[in-house]
Amino acid sequence: MKYNLTHLKELESEAIFIIREVAAQFENPALLFSGGKDSILCYHLAKKAFWPGKIPFPLVHVDTGHNFPETIAFRDSLVAKDGVELIVGSVQKSIDEGKVVEETGFNASRNGLQTVTLLDTIETNKFDACMGGARRDEEKARAKERFFSHRDEFGQWDPKNQRPELWNIFNGMKNMGENFRVFPISNWTEMDVWQYILYENIDLPSIYFSHERDIFVRDGVIYSDGEFMNKRPEEKVEKRVVRFRTIGDMSCTGAVESPADDLEKIIEEVAATRTTERGTRADDKRSEAAMEDRKKQGYF
Amino acid sequence: MEQSTAGYLDMELLRFTTAGSVDDGKSTLIGRLLYDSKAIFQDQMDAMEKATKRMGGEGEVNLALLTDGLRSEREQGITIDVAYRYFATPKRKFIIADTPGHIQYTRNMVTGASTANLAIILVDARHGLVEQTSRHSFIASLLGIKHVVFCINKMDLVDYSQERYEEIKSSLEDFASKLEISDIRYIPISALLGDNVVDRSTKMPWFEGSTLLYALETVHIGSDENHIDGRFPVQQVIRPQTTEFHDYRGYAGRVAGGIWKKGDDVTILPSGFTSKVAKIDSYDGEVPEAFAPMSCTILLEDDVDVSRGDMIVRSNNQPEVTQDHDLMICWMSQRPIQLNGKYALKHTSRDARCIVKDIRYKIDINSLHKLEDDKVINMNDIARIQIRTTVPLFTDRYQRNRHTGSLIVIDEATNETVGAGMIL
Repeated sequence: MKYNLTHLKELESEAIFIIREVAAQFENPALLFSGGKDSILCYHLAKKAFWPGKIPFPLVHVDTGHNFPETIAFRDSLVAKDGVELIVGSVQKSIDEGKVVEETGFNASRNGLQTVTLLDTIETNKFDACMGGARRDEEKARAKERFFSHRDEFGQWDPKNQRPELWNIFNGMKNMGENFRVFPISNWTEMDVWQYILYENIDLPSIYFSHERDIFVRDGVIYSDGEFMNKRPEEKVEKRVVRFRTIGDMSCTGAVESPADDLEKIIEEVAATRTTERGTRADDKRSEAAMEDRKKQGYF
Repeated sequence: MEQSTAGYLDMELLRFTTAGSVDDGKSTLIGRLLYDSKAIFQDQMDAMEKATKRMGGEGEVNLALLTDGLRSEREQGITIDVAYRYFATPKRKFIIADTPGHIQYTRNMVTGASTANLAIILVDARHGLVEQTSRHSFIASLLGIKHVVFCINKMDLVDYSQERYEEIKSSLEDFASKLEISDIRYIPISALLGDNVVDRSTKMPWFEGSTLLYALETVHIGSDENHIDGRFPVQQVIRPQTTEFHDYRGYAGRVAGGIWKKGDDVTILPSGFTSKVAKIDSYDGEVPEAFAPMSCTILLEDDVDVSRGDMIVRSNNQPEVTQDHDLMICWMSQRPIQLNGKYALKHTSRDARCIVKDIRYKIDINSLHKLEDDKVINMNDIARIQIRTTVPLFTDRYQRNRHTGSLIVIDEATNETVGAGMIL
């Protein structure tokens, strides 16, 4: 018998350890759940961490109101099946209450507005730690993020003054009003996530798999058509066979043309592809430091 | 880039850190490893090209830009914080902790090194062994890194001279004999041009060792964890209290040492109660043998009182149980260590408070001399101190077990992590 873990088992072990630390060190934690594969993975790991007990925290969805219908259907069926608590923070409500002003124009997106709704939801529910499925391989500002990421009372991230994180000892101590973001799958890559989903046979929303869809193309990005998608007159809707590599809201998530209709084919595609998954995300293309700027303001 | 599912599930994980002084070409080396192993994506490449042009660079894309993630880092051309990078070959998966070479150097390198199996230390072939090289090697040794690769970089600037390489290697060997590192290798490279990084150099036929990537892929890490001393810090008690699992009482945690099996005789610390392992459980079913760093749940035969912060240990092999600790500490705060000062402390899953009883000496990390008269311990200093904790801790020597030999010290006013302690 060899006494060493394979890399996926080691990553799994690390994530379970971190999720258990969160439950132990914080009074009122939550798991941010977008319905994307990374948050589904975190949910799966949380189930493992406390089995045969129940997950001792709620799922929190920040709902932009511009979701893919398939994602919402998936979320609702998962919640019903497992009997977990779901708290929804609504961007529409933040707009209606005048807390944020909706962007206008053809490239308008509610992605940035999510931050306000998220911080509001944290405050209302008095969450002291929010776990999320962000990974360091996704984006260059995230490469410098800690597992336990300290946020001040304004929810801000200060990248130049992060707490050093040593060994596997995590410091979740904080003052009143401050909170933490915790990223249990920081060390996973996109390929790790897909391979693990296949290995563990984890259910995903259908839009990750190839399907025929009404789409239009803008600046080389394939967008799904939908009731709240503002199209320019020259942008024609057509049917194409596509799938999504990431799931954000509809206004900023691009599709890829792909025949991959099962996990094995998706993995082959991920292995052969030459762009990062965030390459299909319009929200990162706004500037070179777009992610860093949003994170400083409290974005997840 | 990466291969089929069957092979993928069999890969090991190697965590390594890279150290070098400013301009040693550290970022370039990482960029080279990622680029030549095809872990850089086209959109990242495009973004780097754009950034190289904007900053007035010309010619080849600046591979260093890949690791400099924050806006101020790119503007100043320096790395501020530890950045983590990932790549894979068909043999292994790699996590790189890339640490900056200048400001707050020690603090960042200690952080990066604390989870690493291996350290790459870059040496400029033109300058040879400099003060920073000895500092990096000392930190690697102090943090218990078992494998060190000295990369003699910029061989292209010394005409790929074997004589120069041998000269540097021999001075490194002299120095390294003073350190506690068992596995040391030397590789002449040019990170800029790629010699001996991923592909074997045609310019240095005299070098018979392996390339850097081959060394990373094959170094034996199977015995880096402690599989001898049974240590299981309890993180959580799992009590579902459902009809199906009415009497279930499991102790969740991550194995910190030893190999655990059903039937093992155990002692609970601090209570001293004894019992036997009834079952090692997980979501995926019963675990026949548990070892570090596996997360699992241990069930005991007897109904004893166990809670978070307790440690389950093998009865015939127990850790030190004490309130007095002798340790090396790396200080990470602007405010110096306060003699007789009180701090919060975390050790495995256990929280305590401590008082600094004595500052024995500071180490000059360039010469490795003990400075017994200098007891002002500032940010980035390494010192030997004695502390007393409010409750006993269950410890092993750091060099024997990283998990039970390490602790962090926290300032109770700011809640910042201010010290990294290694038990002697």
